[in-house]
Amino acid sequence: MTQVERQGWDVVVVGAGGAGLRAAIEAREQGMRTAVICKSLFGKAHTVMAEGGIAASMGNVNEGDNWKVHFRDTMRGGKFLNHWRMAELHAREAPDRVWELETWGALFDRTPDGRISQRNFGGHEYPRLAHVGDRTGLELIRTLQQKIVSLQQEDEREFGAYDARLKVFQECTVTRILKEHSLKQDGRVAGAFCYERESGRFFVLEAPAVVLATGGIGKSFKVTSNSWEYTGDGHALALLAGAPLVNMEFVQFHPTGMVWPPSVKGILVTESVRGDGGVLRNSDGKRFMFDYVPDVFKEKYAQSEDEGDRWYEDPDNNRRPPELLPRDEVARAINAEVKAGRGSPHGGVFLDVSTRMPAEVIRRRLPSMHHQFKELADVDITAEAMEVGPTCHYVMGGVDVDPDTAAAAGVPGLFAAGEVAGGMHGSNRLGGNSLSDLLVFGRRAGLYAAEYAAALVSGERPAVDPREMEAAEAEALRPFSAEGTDPLHPGGPAENPYTLHQELQQAMNDLVGIIRRQPEMEQALDKLADLRVRARRAGVEGHRQYNPGWHLSIDLRNMLLVSECVARAALERKESRGGHTRDDHPEMDRRWRRVNLLCRLATNESRTGLPEDPALAHIRLERREMPAIRADLLELFERDELAKYLTDEELSS
Amino acid sequence: MSSYDAHFRVWRGDAAGGALGDFTVEVNEGEVVLDIIHRLQATQAPDLAVRWNCKAGKCGSCSAEINGRPRLMCMTRMSVFDRAETVTVTPMRAFPVVRDLVTDVSFNYAKAREVPSFVPPADLKPGEYRMRQEDVGRSQEFRKCIECFLCQDTCHVVRDHEENKEAFAGPRFLMRVAELDMHPLDAAADEGLDRKTAAQDAHGLGYCNITKCCTEVCPEHIRITDNALIPLKERAADRKYDPLIWLGKTIRRRRSG
Amino acid sequence: MATGTEPSSTTGTGGVHGPTRAAIPARHLRTERWWLYPASTAAGLLAFIVYSTWRAFANADYYHAPYVSPFYSPCLAENCETMRAGPNWEIFGSWWGLSPALLILIFPLGFRLTCYYYRKAYYRGFWASPPACAVAEPHKKYSGETRFPLILQNIHRYFFYAALLVAGVLTYDTVLAFRDETYAWGHMGLGSLVFLVNIVLIWAYTLSCHSCRHIVGGRLKHFSKHPVRYRLWGWVGKLNARHAALAWASLISVAAADFYVYLLAVGAFDDPRFF
Repeated sequence: MTQVERQGWDVVVVGAGGAGLRAAIEAREQGMRTAVICKSLFGKAHTVMAEGGIAASMGNVNEGDNWKVHFRDTMRGGKFLNHWRMAELHAREAPDRVWELETWGALFDRTPDGRISQRNFGGHEYPRLAHVGDRTGLELIRTLQQKIVSLQQEDEREFGAYDARLKVFQECTVTRILKEHSLKQDGRVAGAFCYERESGRFFVLEAPAVVLATGGIGKSFKVTSNSWEYTGDGHALALLAGAPLVNMEFVQFHPTGMVWPPSVKGILVTESVRGDGGVLRNSDGKRFMFDYVPDVFKEKYAQSEDEGDRWYEDPDNNRRPPELLPRDEVARAINAEVKAGRGSPHGGVFLDVSTRMPAEVIRRRLPSMHHQFKELADVDITAEAMEVGPTCHYVMGGVDVDPDTAAAAGVPGLFAAGEVAGGMHGSNRLGGNSLSDLLVFGRRAGLYAAEYAAALVSGERPAVDPREMEAAEAEALRPFSAEGTDPLHPGGPAENPYTLHQELQQAMNDLVGIIRRQPEMEQALDKLADLRVRARRAGVEGHRQYNPGWHLSIDLRNMLLVSECVARAALERKESRGGHTRDDHPEMDRRWRRVNLLCRLATNESRTGLPEDPALAHIRLERREMPAIRADLLELFERDELAKYLTDEELSS
Repeated sequence: MSSYDAHFRVWRGDAAGGALGDFTVEVNEGEVVLDIIHRLQATQAPDLAVRWNCKAGKCGSCSAEINGRPRLMCMTRMSVFDRAETVTVTPMRAFPVVRDLVTDVSFNYAKAREVPSFVPPADLKPGEYRMRQEDVGRSQEFRKCIECFLCQDTCHVVRDHEENKEAFAGPRFLMRVAELDMHPLDAAADEGLDRKTAAQDAHGLGYCNITKCCTEVCPEHIRITDNALIPLKERAADRKYDPLIWLGKTIRRRRSG
Repeated sequence: MATGTEPSSTTGTGGVHGPTRAAIPARHLRTERWWLYPASTAAGLLAFIVYSTWRAFANADYYHAPYVSPFYSPCLAENCETMRAGPNWEIFGSWWGLSPALLILIFPLGFRLTCYYYRKAYYRGFWASPPACAVAEPHKKYSGETRFPLILQNIHRYFFYAALLVAGVLTYDTVLAFRDETYAWGHMGLGSLVFLVNIVLIWAYTLSCHSCRHIVGGRLKHFSKHPVRYRLWGWVGKLNARHAALAWASLISVAAADFYVYLLAVGAFDDPRFF
């Protein structure tokens, strides 16, 4: 084995999006030497794509808002599957996290009296989202990036080196969390095995605490609003390190993504289009959403187009139009219309504002949408309708963490925050709660990782096991000598990783997508097994220097693991709730609310932690009962409402 | 509209050398240059190195030069080219090349570190900040920057003169200085830092000859020259070349002293 | 983080042909007619320079009652033609023997020479620094506006103040243009219209100046504390967005006004009178 460079740090943060950077800032401010490692350039993380805002009950626009209302909205949005403690911490701490950004230089849009302006959003009772136009995510990432630079400038003055206590390893990938294996202790985190994308050089960051902040899994689906980085790396790293994932069956499909041209298929069309008056029509020109109002919502939504139209001007005396039903309802309706043959030419439906508002108003209220369609699709939304369809947007599931400390269950030294962590959003996330989640739990993860690392006396730090490093290196290099290396399934041809990726995306999209059925999911699991076998033969040409084919081959392992989690958990949960819709079990079932599904690796026998035979199941499921919600929090709800979610037995106790 | 085969020339190589390679590749309706590069990766050149991320013009990763013009590959639609036209794609030519279309942009990160950060006002706690919309508007425009570094790439001060890289921060980071100087609550002055003079003395504002290429290439349509660089030059002129202001300051200093 | 590969030299030496840059022999790969902008800019400016030099040194045919050529206004030497109620201020007395235009043109010339738009235009058009975006410039060394003489570009604001005075005088001339050739008020001819268009463009150009934008409000940190200046800044900003177009339009209009007076003075035709 070649000599792999090793560096010692106190805390390693994997991922440089909102959660990762917030964690790194916290760990460094606690005095820990902190390394951040990210796949893209510093400042390019997927957080920049967030448009709407950061949900925080500051009450700047409506004084009635407070953390309790925010907590209530969040629990309703997640259909009570949220971990109550996470939802509580999130709602309580979000305002402080937003205000703190201002002290680092963030410039939010203002209210007339000079405070941070807040906007309305789906599911939030009051105007709550701190925002900067429709580029809030960019503001967030840039502010955190610049705060990191400012800490580095401090270190430069003190130690003469910018990187002395806080370093960003950009364009590097972590392939394995390394753990100690000694007689005395076993299983604590010892570091991370990484490679530099530019050179292909391997290196190890030794640290007792690792924070996962890698975001989501959207790249396993064909139509997604997510970037290439979203290959479920952190989810897979946690699994491989022995930590379970929770709620993986819940994947949010946003109802309106672009469907044309192919190059931008999946890119988000913001909810504000409908909020401002946009309507959905099928190829017959019919506003079909009126046919899809479920019974439970019949009272709250307009029955006629006239009434719906009046709501925009007079919301007190009219009911809102059904285009503004929850995301899952709208996504399902669009799906049904397309399947019935009433879709648009490119397989979506029409979202029209052009006949609803004067061109000048559209340009003023929806500048980025106007720009996006003009530049990318050559469509002038002031003159014609947009074509839209559902797009994979967010995964509610993730690493099972302690709500207070963000520590991953069962692996000392491993922490997770942001989209990669599960529990906070339950079965469905509200718009705006993602950015606040990043900040609240990013800070907590950084804080408790730092405390954990600081508590270890230097001599007692876990040591990296050289055999694990060797295994990690061999695993990463396999794509260069792929053909015929699998003794269990010999003889197959070398596989193109791009082809495998496309087949995976297609399968997940078609078989474990927005509407799920048992036979299709079973078929998906077969397909995944087949892909795992073929992925062992995924080979690449060229050398290790900036070789995207090789990078994809490595990421495929993660996507396959995560996809299997989604498929197995979705097959198991026999109800429909939030981001999990079963055609064969269309109702929400109160008994299922008490159940969390945990995904774990199926075996821990081999050196790699994965079964030797790729055709075997890699994931096994466990059921766990949800913890009871604290009484004072339950009192925030009407009993009638609770009765929809909690079983009679839970209610009576 | 149907598919067609386009002729592409893509630069391939590394720091040791390289050349434009010819490819014939399928193009479908509505595609952008980045789609074609991805198709090349998937079908003809699996190890073709390219940096990209959001594919929606929001992250600023896929900067390159297309037919000699600095642009984002994800925001350059194929329909702007003639079907018979050869499309030439090269890496940004102001930065050291790493491989194929990927360049070493560390110059920009080094320059970012040289700009002193926002200084929070000492007397305000978090949550106490009050700023009017009209006071934050100017800096907000500059904060639309997605750091694609196309302005840094096209700026002839460093593109054509490597030796100027040390003294010159480039449009992106001069704009950052302007952003902080216009921030209504930045308290740098209280700490003895004058961003206006620093712009000229430490960040090389004088090198800029306002030929506006930065503004021309900006995919976010930020008016870098008119709204950041020229105002910054005028602010520096206030400090250094305006005898009236100098006189006024001297008199005030005498009085208070 | 650069790779460890030892760079080898490629064609050329500096800039885009430097040893670390992608090895591409061409100075640029632009396919459209990028040279059109610098070439037409240079041609336009050159044409104006030739014309204005001829007219400024001519020292003749610049007054035809009631019109005075903007090139000769205000007329500051004794050798000026007498213009009834016109801008005759003999500050320079009798010793000045050259064309009086030279005394005054220095100010609008300096204003335009240090103007942020014209700087762009002639740096690109005449200096090829750069000739166009992403087209390598031919110079070995570049120090921009950091040294003498180009550091003097920083005095643009003083020329702006001077240009305000000149524009004031030209406004006065325009008022005088509403007389007829016998100096009777209340008349208007084609010349009055030419002068009116010219003075509007001159003011628009002058007020759209970047220094003006800075002085009226741009230098403030808190607009909210100066609502009037904030509003002024907004208006100037709107004009400023059209600074280049106004620079050209006013350049042409000032030459046209001068040429119109010249034609009248040499008797090419009589000023058509509206009333």
